[in-house]
Amino acid sequence: MSGMSGAACIETRELLKRYGQTVVIDGLSLRIPAGQVVSIIGANGAGKSTLLTMIARLLPASGGTVWIDGADVSSAKPDALARRLGILRQDNHLAVRLTVRELVTFGRYPHSKGRTTAEDVAAVDDALRFLDLEPLAGRYLDELSGGQRQRAFVAMVLAQDTEYILLDEPLNNLDLARASSMMGLIRRLARERGKTVISVLHDVNFASAWSDSIIALRAGRVVAQGPPASVITAEVLREVYGTEVAIVESGGQRLVDYFT
Amino acid sequence: MLAALALVAVGLIAAYLTIGVQGGWDFVLPFRGRRVGAMVVVGAAVAAATVAFQTLTSNRILTPSIMGFDALFQAIATVTVFAFGQAAMLRLGTIGNFAISLAVMLGASLALFWSLLGGARRSLHLVLLVGVVLGTMLRSLTLMLQRLLDPDAFLVLQGRLFASFSGVNPTLLWVSAAVVCGAVTVLFALRRRLDVMTLGRETATALGVGYRATTLLVVTLVAILISTATALVGPITFFGLLVANLAYHLARTHRHAWTLPIAALLAVVVLVGGQIILEHGFGQRTLLSVIVEFLGGIVFLTLLIAEGRRR
Repeated sequence: MSGMSGAACIETRELLKRYGQTVVIDGLSLRIPAGQVVSIIGANGAGKSTLLTMIARLLPASGGTVWIDGADVSSAKPDALARRLGILRQDNHLAVRLTVRELVTFGRYPHSKGRTTAEDVAAVDDALRFLDLEPLAGRYLDELSGGQRQRAFVAMVLAQDTEYILLDEPLNNLDLARASSMMGLIRRLARERGKTVISVLHDVNFASAWSDSIIALRAGRVVAQGPPASVITAEVLREVYGTEVAIVESGGQRLVDYFT
Repeated sequence: MLAALALVAVGLIAAYLTIGVQGGWDFVLPFRGRRVGAMVVVGAAVAAATVAFQTLTSNRILTPSIMGFDALFQAIATVTVFAFGQAAMLRLGTIGNFAISLAVMLGASLALFWSLLGGARRSLHLVLLVGVVLGTMLRSLTLMLQRLLDPDAFLVLQGRLFASFSGVNPTLLWVSAAVVCGAVTVLFALRRRLDVMTLGRETATALGVGYRATTLLVVTLVAILISTATALVGPITFFGLLVANLAYHLARTHRHAWTLPIAALLAVVVLVGGQIILEHGFGQRTLLSVIVEFLGGIVFLTLLIAEGRRR
């Protein structure tokens, strides 16, 4: 494998994103070790999605550097990077009409360059099975519910078979049960397949219950990073969201009660 | 599907070459052969360019003509006649006119694409907007100059302003054929990458496609194809929209391995079929664009309505 700096990880140093005078990511340095379920939390406009898209080189940085396993993202070869890191964006509008299987097969492009082999078909089948999409494989995306579509796009990223999987609000459009099973699936990806899954989450309780590590952002800076026990505290959350919350211990998990 | 379309195209070409020939085969065949050659070259160029352009813009109602290629061609011809007189245009000859039109169209479109797409986050839609504005300006300029022309000069000019396959110069036909063949081959070689481009900038980038490099390469090819076709026969992009959308409809897939060749074959069918109707149905008393757009439009609407019922 590539990588000059020993341990597999995603690392940013002095990362900066500025639009005119507005600073969105403010000299952010962090290190995310591989093989974990990581959640990024923060208020609206804290820079969560911006950070994720910059790590995935979909958005050029105004300054600073992102390394994936020691390789600088801004100068890495696009197709080599696409075999190490996959990303699912929030807004997935398509100009063409595709079936679920066609969409998921696109996830194999970094490996197949469009010439689909038996190995690619197997990976697509595996991704469809993992997301419980086999019965829908032949359906067109515009015939699916929002949640089914969401799972189809996750399946595409899964078929890409990358070490790092970045998900921008994967719980969008999902009801309570589907959201839980999506988080369960993310945990299985880390435990069973050794993937590193980094998600932007809006619901602090999902982040608390399912993450190995949480990164809390405020105004483009890291406020806290670590296991839920150290990040899900009244002090940290007050700083992150600017509102008072109560922490409830329930079944060994820390839940946030923000209704009182 | 491809084989059937290819058969229809070949059949129409054979029909065009042989209908109503009265003696003198050695005159008629090369004469009509040249016209058919021009139709195949222009058809393939416009069809492939339109499909690729629509993929880049994620839009099925845009064609490269929105960039003002036709307007620029007409402006070049009008300015030539206005500034140097009709004699100058005739003296320049077919090859001179071709060279000037091709050079100016290619130069202007590439300058526009490369300067505006150079920045990291510049969007293709900005380029389109500039193209639309420039095209409108050129059209007004052309109209104003045409009103100032004397009637004789205007008549000479008018002959150049409509697409025509009649007076195609054999040398230019070979040159254009070689250029179009090269550019279409490159586009076809890019077909799998174009498939990924249909997913949009972010997804394509995430899948490891160099979006900006590919966009620049494809718009360059589009500019080469449209400039060559227009310089060869005149303003001709009108049927691109029709054949591209018919091709998506018939191919029933987004994959360029199918849509590119189907659109190209459809273009040949439409042009040659239209020319047969023009010559033998209307005795040359109308324009090819009128026939293609009218009949093609009816076919297209019928297909859309039929599909709407089936759903």
